Amino acid sequence: MSDTIVIAELSKGKVSPTTNELVTAANELGSNPTVIVPCSDSSAANDASNISGVTKVIAAKSDVFANYDAAAWAEAIDSVAPAGIVITSASAQSKDLAARIAARRSISVVQDVIAINGTTLSTPIYSGKAIQNVAISGDAVISVRANVFTPSDNSGSTDVQVIDTTGNVSTAVKELVQRASQRLDVSEANIIISGGRGMGTPANFSHLEEIADKLGAAVGASRAAVDTWDEIPHSMQVGQTGKTVNPNLYIAVGISGAIQHLAGMRSSKYIVAINKDADAPIFQHADYGIVATWEEALPVLSSSLSSLLA
Amino acid sequence: MVNIAVLVKQVPDTNSKIQISGDRVDLSSVKMDISPYDEFAVENALQHKESGGGTVTAITVGPAGADKVLKGVKALGVDNIVRLDFDGYMDSNGLQSVLAQEISSGGYDVVYCGKSAADTGAGSTGPGIAERLGWGSVSNITDISFDGGLTVTSPTEGGNAIISVNLPAVVSCDKGSTKVRKSNVKGIMMAKKAQVDVKPVTAPASSVTVVSQVMPPAKPAGKKFEGGQSAQTVAQLLRDEANII
Repeated sequence: MSDTIVIAELSKGKVSPTTNELVTAANELGSNPTVIVPCSDSSAANDASNISGVTKVIAAKSDVFANYDAAAWAEAIDSVAPAGIVITSASAQSKDLAARIAARRSISVVQDVIAINGTTLSTPIYSGKAIQNVAISGDAVISVRANVFTPSDNSGSTDVQVIDTTGNVSTAVKELVQRASQRLDVSEANIIISGGRGMGTPANFSHLEEIADKLGAAVGASRAAVDTWDEIPHSMQVGQTGKTVNPNLYIAVGISGAIQHLAGMRSSKYIVAINKDADAPIFQHADYGIVATWEEALPVLSSSLSSLLA
Repeated sequence: MVNIAVLVKQVPDTNSKIQISGDRVDLSSVKMDISPYDEFAVENALQHKESGGGTVTAITVGPAGADKVLKGVKALGVDNIVRLDFDGYMDSNGLQSVLAQEISSGGYDVVYCGKSAADTGAGSTGPGIAERLGWGSVSNITDISFDGGLTVTSPTEGGNAIISVNLPAVVSCDKGSTKVRKSNVKGIMMAKKAQVDVKPVTAPASSVTVVSQVMPPAKPAGKKFEGGQSAQTVAQLLRDEANII
């Protein structure tokens, strides 16, 4: 049995709840991990100290963690992380970091793990059209998809050890441009509502935004919508040539369910489909299907959500 | 004169259906094509060359069948095409070490690649090679400019970072605002006659073994309702059954 090391996932400088899921993944690999919190202020690591099933919490403290630079982060984390199986989240940034750390150690990286069985790991291939099971021998770095493992609870108590570290920064951030809207990106959201060409015009996406704002959701789009309308940017595209997502809830509106799109969202925990075509392939993947036009269904959904959330 | 490399990979067309035969994916009747994000990498590499001169070399790892992808990018204006001859499975450690060796011996200044390949979706190759070479890297870029050095836009939490990149570096490319060029008849004719520089490689021992490839578990049939009013029922189910809202 290898030792395990969890690199805490951060959101706005704080330890994100995804970290608890990574600890569970480590436990399934057979050990209580060392949790490393990359931070410029070591108090950020305190949030990791109550996660259950943890051996040790290390606050890896360095100015390089103020902005993401792959080379510097990998170097700074590698120097404080013991040998073993290193576990990160499968966010875009953490996958990048996972690849760096693995290369630094001349070991392999397995990305987007969705199941662990002994030392056999399952990962989606062809964007989830199939699943590949691989066996790892010895040390490796693995990234774990969010919303797959049950989060470890917060009833633990582990001391935080602060270790100063550093790395060589190779890129310079000239400017950070915040998104104009407060709405989350599809890659960050736990609930996504997406529209397809069935929305008729890009202006009609405002009806999706209205519901998104009620749910704290992100608004996504199918490839057909992105290709048809310049107003719908590629950053919203969910699917094999867009973003692969696995939120708790995915609401597909006016999306027929082309194989391309399904590949990017089929692993969502719950899927709701609204489509006027009862034979649309999306319904085969929906937990809850509504055969109706979006014009009929969205106002009802919107007002029902309002009263439920009131 | 910049010495530019671009990594390309042959993968199943993203519209193709994936089938399993035994305990492996059966690609025998699947149409193969360049991985979609690699097209943006090729475009950015060509624009980099056009901004100040240089050469672009496309590199792939694969069997002879992958030459088609190389000829395809040759037709777009890539200068040299190289195939590291290998058929089979390499773990990330093996793949990155053969590619890093080739990049290192080729004396390249910058490497472009797609943000991830459409088959594995991993996105490990770009940053992994950069680490092995001791280079900087930026991933998932959505915009690039070459005025006064390399500047890229890359998504960050809550927005975008505009990053200035020192060479040598590896740049992994998302689609963003990139518009890819199409090949013309002259390019295609030239590419037909082009020689692929085939180099043998030996993969290092693998610490990852593929056990099996299977179809994703089928989802149990869901509940289907008729008419817009049923959205109310569904909202209620999302609360009572799914415990989401």
